[in-house]
Amino acid sequence: MSAFWLSEEQEAIREGVQKVMDGFGDEYWRKTDETGTFPEEFVAEMAAGGWLGVAMPESVGGAGLGLTEASIVMQTVAQSGAAFTGASAIHLNIFGPMPIVKFGTQAQKDAFLPRIIAGEDKMCFAVTEPNSGLDTSSLETRAERTNDGYRINGRKIWTTSAQRANKVLIIARTTPKAEAKKPTEGLSLFYADFDRSAIEAKPIPKMGRKAVECNTLFIDDLHVPADALIGEEGQGFKYLLQGLNPERVLFAVEAIGIGRIAIAKAAQYAKERVVFGRPIGQNQGIQHPLAKAWAELEAANLMAFKAAALYDAGRECGAEANAAKYLGAEAGFRACEASVLAHGGMGYAREYDVERYFREAMIARIAPVSREMILNFVAERVLGLPKSY
Amino acid sequence: MKVLVPVKRVIDYNVKVRVKPDQTGVDLANVKMSMNPFDEIATEEAVRLKEKGVATEVVVVSIGPQQAQETIRTALAMGADRGILIVTDQDAEPLAVAKLLKAVIAEESPNLVVMGKQAIDGDNNAVGQMLAALLDWPQATFASKLEVTADKATVTREIDGGLQTLDVSLPAVITADLRLNEPRYASLPNIMKAKKKEIAMKTAADYGVDVSPKLKVLKVTEPPKRSAGIKVADAAELVGKLKSEGVL
Repeated sequence: MSAFWLSEEQEAIREGVQKVMDGFGDEYWRKTDETGTFPEEFVAEMAAGGWLGVAMPESVGGAGLGLTEASIVMQTVAQSGAAFTGASAIHLNIFGPMPIVKFGTQAQKDAFLPRIIAGEDKMCFAVTEPNSGLDTSSLETRAERTNDGYRINGRKIWTTSAQRANKVLIIARTTPKAEAKKPTEGLSLFYADFDRSAIEAKPIPKMGRKAVECNTLFIDDLHVPADALIGEEGQGFKYLLQGLNPERVLFAVEAIGIGRIAIAKAAQYAKERVVFGRPIGQNQGIQHPLAKAWAELEAANLMAFKAAALYDAGRECGAEANAAKYLGAEAGFRACEASVLAHGGMGYAREYDVERYFREAMIARIAPVSREMILNFVAERVLGLPKSY
Repeated sequence: MKVLVPVKRVIDYNVKVRVKPDQTGVDLANVKMSMNPFDEIATEEAVRLKEKGVATEVVVVSIGPQQAQETIRTALAMGADRGILIVTDQDAEPLAVAKLLKAVIAEESPNLVVMGKQAIDGDNNAVGQMLAALLDWPQATFASKLEVTADKATVTREIDGGLQTLDVSLPAVITADLRLNEPRYASLPNIMKAKKKEIAMKTAADYGVDVSPKLKVLKVTEPPKRSAGIKVADAAELVGKLKSEGVL
């Protein structure tokens, strides 16, 4: 069994990230949430410390570490109080470029990855579509061959930070679903310039994480050169799948990080807030929901780091990664709810930050995959029940 | 100029120390260990000297268990160049540590030793002074500011009632106080680089130094529990209390 606690090197990573986060207090994140201003200063600091390249290969300027270390980085970010505003601002840099790492040519890797790690190129990820959702094989965006590359047309939704991106990793159909051998074939992956003359990005007003916007993309005759194609034409879906398990684990640890700061703040408040002549934290009615939240968070965290350890060892981790994302998101959300309730009226006030965590914690329950699809996966793949959809 | 920085692996300053039930020492099982904070300050100062171009090499030495390699790695990740670990399972006493360091210095011939003023576990505040005496080198302890040229160091020291500035000729032993600097945290690339830096593994026998204990610990006890204070209503009552307790 792999260890249940951090090695000293991992501890050094946690401390290094924490040091960056110390420079970005509650005030900073409260303000980004109010104004919707992207946390550029924070991202610049993370890039300067080399943290964006934690899981990228050493040959292109990364640290060559695993999902475990990437999880430590991302959890430390979320747990500092940056929550998903901080985590989502850099989340895509961590494993998003993996298809390029694994399937790109050497020339593509050399051209693209160092700039992503340094924070010079800002990438967004255009996968989900309004008419296909989780049914990725049914996506409708088309890429047609031209003399020197491809012409892409279609619509995407929930593309995070498309407003500041100068690059886009986009999946599109190169062979119509009916003509492809399998529904999951005929999809291709491109890494291209975010050409604003051909892509219109409209932010979607949403419940939380105002500073890191999500967009609807309208793609109208986007020309991309032939060398924007990652790997083989028609194999894009397979490439995308490679990144799914790490992404689930990252979502899990981020949600757990938010839950941890939420209950830490609640415990602090419950110690200080005196009602009926005693701190409210002396009441079991306040204690038990927080203690339960702690237990659920830490159990979920074990599952997440187990999934990460399996992934890093090159073992199958689908069930664990899915279960971790389910458990982490649920535990994170319930911890935030318990925290808001422990704060009483003050929990509803922005000044105490926990309502922001509560709103942001919903993200991990929905993205990148619904709870229902996770349970479908476990039912079918682990329990051997018939496919239900 | 070569700078030698001795570092010690100690219980992390955030850990609440517990005395073993048999009162022979403190419980180290499953306790977070870190570099002695004053040694981190010393390492930072040495690395800054290197960054300023004054020092050319920073060598870190530690005396302790195998795991003290991690402590050396921390210093290497901050920017030190290489490490030496003298492995011993005993908690070496200050004089033994000073003798071992003297032997290391005979091999390495550094121009400057920068070390923490004391380790936060034993709080002896002895090794720097002993080392300087054994070497017959000048010493400047409790440094809060350090400037080094080719042949001398100007050291501001924190002393009772103020600051004292000393010039010491090199080679010399300087011990670092809390306000000398604020140590950096390693960036990820530097943590990765530190993995590839060399750590020489030695034993006390390699240096012909006897590290067997000369001191006998009779008993280790918890400090007495502090009792709760009292609240006073106003300044007059406070002054009254201070007078009646004989403070004023």
